Amino acid sequence: MSAVPDRVHATLRVNGEDQQVSFAPYKTLLEVLREDLNLTGTKHGCELGECGACAVLVDGEPLLSCLELAVQCEGRDIQTIEGLAKGTELHPLQAAFADHGGSQCGYCTSGMVMTAKALLDKEPAPSRERIREALAGNLCRCTGYQQIWESVESAAKALREGKR
Amino acid sequence: MNAPAKPREKTRFDTIGKPRRRVDGRAKAIGQTRFADDLVLPRMLHAKLLRSPHPHAIVESIDVSRAQAQRGVHLVLTGAEFPVPYGIMPVSQDEHPLARERVRYVGDPVAAVIAVDEQMATEALQLIDVKYRKLPTVASPEEGLAKPEPRIHDYGERGNIHRNQSYEFGDVEEALARSDHVFEDLFFYEGNTHLPMEQQASLASVEGDGKLLLQSSTQNPHYLHRQLARVLQVPAAHVRVIATPNGGGFGGKCDPGNHEFVVAKAALMLGRPVKICLTREEVFYQHRGRHPVLMKVRTGVSNDGRLTAMHLQTLLDGGAYGSHGPASTFYTGVLTPVTYELPRFKFEACRVFTNKPACGPKRGHGTPQPRFGQEVQLDKIAERLKLDPAEMRLRMVTQPDSLTASWLHVGSTGLAECIRKVVEMSGWKERRGKLGAGRGLGLACSTYMCGAGVSIYWNKMPHSAVQILLDRSGQVTVYCGATEIGQGSDDVLAGLVAESLGIDPGWVRCVTGDTGITPIDLGSYSSRVTIMMGNAALQAAGRLRDTLAAAAAEALDTLPDRVIFSQDRVFAAQDAGKTMSFIEAIALAEAKFGTLAAVGSYAPPKPPGRYKGAGVGPSPAYSFSACVVETEVDEHTGWVTVPKIWIAHDIGRALNPVLARGQVIGGVYMGLGEALMEEQAFRRLPPKLSSALVHRNPSMLDYKSLTSLDMPEVEVALIEYPDPNCPYGAKEVGQGPLLPVMPALANAIHDAVGVRIDEIPITPDKVLRALEKKEKGEAPRVGPESFPSVPYPAPTFVLPPWEGGDGNELKGQEGRKAA
Ligand code: FES
Ligand code: FES
Repeated sequence: MSAVPDRVHATLRVNGEDQQVSFAPYKTLLEVLREDLNLTGTKHGCELGECGACAVLVDGEPLLSCLELAVQCEGRDIQTIEGLAKGTELHPLQAAFADHGGSQCGYCTSGMVMTAKALLDKEPAPSRERIREALAGNLCRCTGYQQIWESVESAAKALREGKR
Repeated sequence: MNAPAKPREKTRFDTIGKPRRRVDGRAKAIGQTRFADDLVLPRMLHAKLLRSPHPHAIVESIDVSRAQAQRGVHLVLTGAEFPVPYGIMPVSQDEHPLARERVRYVGDPVAAVIAVDEQMATEALQLIDVKYRKLPTVASPEEGLAKPEPRIHDYGERGNIHRNQSYEFGDVEEALARSDHVFEDLFFYEGNTHLPMEQQASLASVEGDGKLLLQSSTQNPHYLHRQLARVLQVPAAHVRVIATPNGGGFGGKCDPGNHEFVVAKAALMLGRPVKICLTREEVFYQHRGRHPVLMKVRTGVSNDGRLTAMHLQTLLDGGAYGSHGPASTFYTGVLTPVTYELPRFKFEACRVFTNKPACGPKRGHGTPQPRFGQEVQLDKIAERLKLDPAEMRLRMVTQPDSLTASWLHVGSTGLAECIRKVVEMSGWKERRGKLGAGRGLGLACSTYMCGAGVSIYWNKMPHSAVQILLDRSGQVTVYCGATEIGQGSDDVLAGLVAESLGIDPGWVRCVTGDTGITPIDLGSYSSRVTIMMGNAALQAAGRLRDTLAAAAAEALDTLPDRVIFSQDRVFAAQDAGKTMSFIEAIALAEAKFGTLAAVGSYAPPKPPGRYKGAGVGPSPAYSFSACVVETEVDEHTGWVTVPKIWIAHDIGRALNPVLARGQVIGGVYMGLGEALMEEQAFRRLPPKLSSALVHRNPSMLDYKSLTSLDMPEVEVALIEYPDPNCPYGAKEVGQGPLLPVMPALANAIHDAVGVRIDEIPITPDKVLRALEKKEKGEAPRVGPESFPSVPYPAPTFVLPPWEGGDGNELKGQEGRKAA
């Protein structure tokens, strides 16, 4: 049996850029994003897969980064909240969350926005029910969710109207 | 009336009342807001706490030598390093950052390791050898009353009673004796916790000048600042606390936390930055959440449904430490008389220490429990007297500018309008009783303070202060100690200053929650920020406006009081053609008067009550809410579904309606979660497993809260009767809207299936049990069956205002009889 290496070196494709990074092999994607790549926009509320605050997109699918080992993400396309805006122009979801009360303390916002993005990428005109379902794994303690649903609906509309 | 000093008020607004993006909205939406755990400093170390596995034990010895020798470990701390106790309230300084000779709940921190990374710190914790001698434990207040020994603390009233008090406003027994009906009910409200999405985190460092800096997820940097100086025994001027934006607080980040002292001490000892972030499980142990409260409510009523008197008794499960307990104890009663006319009122409350995580302030602080009891009992009264619950309440709402029996001053009130509004929105009159089997509507009302009238430590200084700097670049920088916890305090601050100066909020930069830079604000608790910070901000802005007006008047060829500030410009009132830009006005004023800055501050008016204890409950203003909940109850499973909730909240004025509505819905959400599922509950392990009292569900999966799928639609009405004590009339909205939800739900369940659940949370098993009882022809009720004999003290007796009282205590039996 060979010893577990102290650190592994990997190339992670994050927000369209290849990042060379070396880290302890037991580290989760969440930890590597936050601690080794300084992408602290991705949050954590439990690190046990229970809250959704750490959701990022991997190959377009929402994924709880606290449950995924970073080494398993090599060669996959990782998207975080930091990669969503085009320059200083917010993604319609980001603008809608800011405008319609989708974000209060903002702690669940990254996970919510990324999860909502995965939904809208597939379903440009989701019903309220579909939105509620898609976000069911993302807890928010501030908003009572309603203004989050409204934000997603407003962003979906903006996207359909080609505002991006 | 002691009205606060106010600048001339605007009546037409550019910013106030208009929906707009909150000033911190962009940073949050792009993940750029830096929460405490997002902060990193060079050479930073990480701390972890070792927590007690026993609910009550003497710490006989701690051997840290093995941990200390471990690779990567820089420091191991124990209680020996922390001789000075702390506690947010001066009367309850009963905690040490690390336990010294005794642990009092499972999770009480006993030691800390500071290491290169979290992993190494965690591993080293296991190398600390602690010898405990177990002590008998107290699991409930009933047990605490029955078992005065061993005492969990060696202070307090006696035995394990922490606080015990009694107040009587008019002879309540006499009034009950001559009432047409007397209703007596028992209620229980289980404890629950804040569950902020952000786990508490802190980063301590020593700044270049040798002074301590603590950046922390705290709601109350000012109180933390004072406690740090005290516990670490360094001058307060050498300590700086920055409250990072909180990822939700809800009261859970009000108390100073063990972890904050530990990293501060470690940073001072090591000269290196030290960070800690609690795990989710640890957040459940830090707790300071809703007190479990047992209540007995005896209420006298006349045949036409008017209240004659109420005798309220509460018994609080305080957990292992004082926390805000002395205030919490008061709050289980003091706001009870604010909603409805109540000629006489007696209130007895007792808080008992138990071997569980300390309870403290959670959204609504102590008032949701008695509000639940009161509003469910009113529903029972209406049912018995065959009155419409909404009509009955409407006939007895307290009047504007009135006093309660307990000498609280009710200023503005929109409660009647709130009731009418939810009745209308929900179709109460048309739909109630006609929804079909298993479906029902329930109504309840509530009130909350707009800031506590008295500070947590006694002083005569302002409760909030704001400083504004203007310069020729057009920059408006506003400094205030208030803390952004998600509620939107920065947005309130920017919005008010912008409105007052007639500029867009985008001009304003807020610098908040930094004790090293910002003038003192007491913190984000008791729904005080909008009112207190807001009044201070308007005073400061008003002073600057006067200065600008004096400079601009000359150039505009008008008088200073004829200068108008609007749309980033300054105008002569009579001639809109005479105008200049805001920046030009600043340049003129800066040239004429020198650098432009102003401060404003605010302290609440002196309360009318003068008896000892009259300091808890008074507020510059009260908000009011009314709520209707619709339910569907599955009679086979006991499952309760809530299709819709209507709520009207008397907010005075909505400064930013997007945020106001968000606060209302967020409050309803949290109230509904408490009503249906949230519980911070404990169980005793069997003796062979140490008999420890352990948390049943210290994880987000097991601690049930509402998800996006469970949450019903909420229809919100904001009732706006501007309150003269509040900035542009704006009252609180952060806490009040939570309060009516739990009783409205219980009342709706009764309307749906005819059973009373006098206990929160209302889980399916309780509903089923009540339905079974109903089936068997027993009283269809689930709730507490008895109230223990509590040794409440003789009451402080005060005559209500309408019985010739003067707000002072009436001493002695003689005085009382004469009354
Ligand atoms: S931090 Fe990943 S789900 Fe909570
Ligand atoms: S906005 Fe605070 S947790 Fe969602």
